Amino acid sequence: MAVIRDVIPVFELYQPASVDDALKLLDRHGTDAMVLAGGLDNMDWLKDRLRKPKVVVDLTNIAELRGIKEANGGIEIGAMTTLTEVAKHPVVREKFSLLTEAAGLVASPQIRNQGTLGGNVSQDTRCWYYRGGWTCYRAGGNICYADTPTAVNREHAIFDADRCVAVNPSDTAPALVALDAQMVIRGPKGERVVNAEDYWIGPGVDITRMNVLAPNELLVAIRIPATMAGAQFYFEKVRDRQVWDFPLVNVASAIKPNGGNIGEARVVVNAVAATPRRLKNVEAFVAGKPRTEETAKAAGEMAVQGAQTLRHNGYKVPLMRNLVARALRGQTAAPRTT
Amino acid sequence: MDLLRWGRSPWGEWVLTHVSWNLFWASLFAGVLFFVAHASYMLFSAHRKRSVAETDALEAKYKNLPQKIERHSLAARLFHWVMAASMFVLLFTAFLPVAGIKFAWVQWHWIAGLVLTASILFHLVHATFFLDFWSIWVGPKDIPELKAELLRELGHDVPGPKSGKYPLGNRLYHLAIVVTGLGVAATGLFMMKRVRTPLFVRNPYILSDSAWGFTYVLHGLAGVGLVGLVIAHVYFAVRPEKWWITKSMILGWITRRQYLEHHEPSRWKVAAQPGSSTAKPAGQA
Repeated sequence: MAVIRDVIPVFELYQPASVDDALKLLDRHGTDAMVLAGGLDNMDWLKDRLRKPKVVVDLTNIAELRGIKEANGGIEIGAMTTLTEVAKHPVVREKFSLLTEAAGLVASPQIRNQGTLGGNVSQDTRCWYYRGGWTCYRAGGNICYADTPTAVNREHAIFDADRCVAVNPSDTAPALVALDAQMVIRGPKGERVVNAEDYWIGPGVDITRMNVLAPNELLVAIRIPATMAGAQFYFEKVRDRQVWDFPLVNVASAIKPNGGNIGEARVVVNAVAATPRRLKNVEAFVAGKPRTEETAKAAGEMAVQGAQTLRHNGYKVPLMRNLVARALRGQTAAPRTT
Repeated sequence: MDLLRWGRSPWGEWVLTHVSWNLFWASLFAGVLFFVAHASYMLFSAHRKRSVAETDALEAKYKNLPQKIERHSLAARLFHWVMAASMFVLLFTAFLPVAGIKFAWVQWHWIAGLVLTASILFHLVHATFFLDFWSIWVGPKDIPELKAELLRELGHDVPGPKSGKYPLGNRLYHLAIVVTGLGVAATGLFMMKRVRTPLFVRNPYILSDSAWGFTYVLHGLAGVGLVGLVIAHVYFAVRPEKWWITKSMILGWITRRQYLEHHEPSRWKVAAQPGSSTAKPAGQA
């Protein structure tokens, strides 16, 4: 149904120079407004003419949303900081190389130059039925076209499907959950800080949204505390082609060793559900155990318990099982091409 | 204000998808407006029960009736409260997210829907074979009662008939609940074929897109209708002059005096049972 056109719909473009001005605009226009960060998600919606906002609020000119600064042993990353800047930043590389890896594997160099961290974590799902403009549950209708007997659902969810089987496609999201990050949100009532783990919401709670942002709120920064700084990190992303593609499944883990064993562990998988899936059962299981093949294998098995496959995405179960096992084993990820 | 929402099917046809949630707010507003209007009106309304002298005369006539008269059997009361609990769960799980309180509601909603459906099925059997089936329905025979009640509300001293077992308003309310309750339960059962449950194999293709649209719209219309109806029901249940009815739904009985004050003994016949402190309605198991 989607027909890509060169001419996007008419809208009023605002380019505020401060967060306060942007918030005033969002508060004034509510659901009539669309927020534009790097534009790599929203420009598709506009070009497909599937969203026709009356107002677009472009955040490009807001300097306070850009940059990375150190604070209390951790870092705070402005939401408009590009993925390339995140991936190349020396402090990120030194302390939180998990995010370096994840950001460096997003799409392609051109997209990482334009795409922002805030945009990457807040992007909409890529389910093609939804993005094709069909009136599915997520689009306000009453059916999930991807969860029908004849659907093409190779990329869809194996966990927590609740009417909708779309998945979260972000690479940086699982890394941020593994790093115990916090999302700083500002709205008309002031600032609120949400744990990264609670930033994304599944279809059971709200089928039309991917995250907790209200229409009049902005994600302004992402704080990564010192908690997991310098831990043993692992990130791996499996995709159909080795560049410019979304994950079929990705895994991020952060492990603090304790003696010869695993101390604290945070293991997160994405693209298997509508939200990054933190594997708390696996984390509890591996804590205090040696980082061995046996532990990794058992963790992999545990990770996929409860998976419910669709017609074409059964492969995600062994894929996720193996990725979690590899993350716990700690071996080097497969060579990557970016 | 949009009343219905439409979507485009994969074949490019416009099909109904839902009712507009504006209707929920309209029903909520109507329910609240009704109880405010009714409460205001009741401040000036004439008293509806039988006069003391008339009731005393009836007491003398029906002195063989015991002090307590059974109004609702234990099974009927259990049905009522199970249905009420499931109805509240259904309404809260359906409409709190619409009102902005987000939570994972679908599973709670269909479980409560199944409880409601089971309780309705039980009630159908129980009312058909074990209760006075026709006592709750309205028909042309009730016109004299309607006329008398309206005149009493206007302050006239009318000798016309009082109600049988159930007051006229109660029976009209039951009729509305039958229509909306059966509508919401029947459509809800079909809709369970679209969500994942351990009970059904999911199949979104058992109906066409248009038929699904009508199903969702009917479910929505019945649902928003129930918002107003439940507000009205709760309002009447807590009104002081109705409290004796509410109490009977808890305890199961009313006093002989209440029976004679509010009912027409010829329309709700109660058999005197010597040696028993509670009389059962005539012909009822």
